[in-house]
Amino acid sequence: MSALVVDDDKVVRRMHGKLLTQLGFETNAVENGQEAVDLFTSGESYDFVFMDMEMPIMDGTEATQKLREMGVKSTIVGVTSCNQEAEKQAFVEAGLYACLEKPLTRDAISSLLEQVAKK
Amino acid sequence: MLGLSVDRLRGDMNRLLALLFHQGVLDEQFLQLQQLQDESSPNFVSEVVNIYFHESEKLLRNLRALLYVLVDREFSEYKKMGIHLNQLMGSSSSIGAKRVRNVCVAFRSASDQNNRAGCIRSLELLEYEYCYLKNKLHELFQIEQQRSLAAAVRYPVLQQRPNHHT
Repeated sequence: MSALVVDDDKVVRRMHGKLLTQLGFETNAVENGQEAVDLFTSGESYDFVFMDMEMPIMDGTEATQKLREMGVKSTIVGVTSCNQEAEKQAFVEAGLYACLEKPLTRDAISSLLEQVAKK
Repeated sequence: MLGLSVDRLRGDMNRLLALLFHQGVLDEQFLQLQQLQDESSPNFVSEVVNIYFHESEKLLRNLRALLYVLVDREFSEYKKMGIHLNQLMGSSSSIGAKRVRNVCVAFRSASDQNNRAGCIRSLELLEYEYCYLKNKLHELFQIEQQRSLAAAVRYPVLQQRPNHHT
């Protein structure tokens, strides 16, 4: 399985990337939504996308919308520490499979994989 | 003697960690970070923490710069502060820097209310908490380094002698 981490924070990219690698994913990481869209436009694809909500250049909500408009079927999971419910709702409605709290943990990802497997 | 030194240093590390957890400086997310260290990334914790220090110091400088050129109710500057604070909150949460993260939350609240005095107080507290965290984590890594060196001396890797047959 492959995963793309989309986050403007270096620490978060390193940690989430390593966590996903330890869980068996082949991982890649980019700094913002625009870079994520560019990767898919260039023909790359990932089973999972872990998308931060608040990023410069292109935020997670806009990137998710664009990816869905492009027909991307990856499991896009929002990752946020934001407690603004209205903003989170807009993020989910852009086309997320789920929204998880930052930082990601082993338990949260294992639980997500179980849910996706049942789909 | 070397064995005692390794055990003593391990004890020092555990006591320091216990203190930091007890003080609320670190939370269980730091343990999650430690679990990410493995044979393929033996220095992962110190690498990530050093990235955190480097990035945090840039954010703190930016926050200070924004706050001290700020005229009250300059909305765009408060918005920029909010962005920096989000980043600092996110990375602090990721490594388990609980007290730093909590001060960021209060700072964010003051920034959302365009409360300059509140922001100044929060920044001072944030700089204090960050310095304390940095000093303690450096202490932890120093002890870890000493422990690794002591363990290497105790269990040196034996070189295989070439086999001479006549």
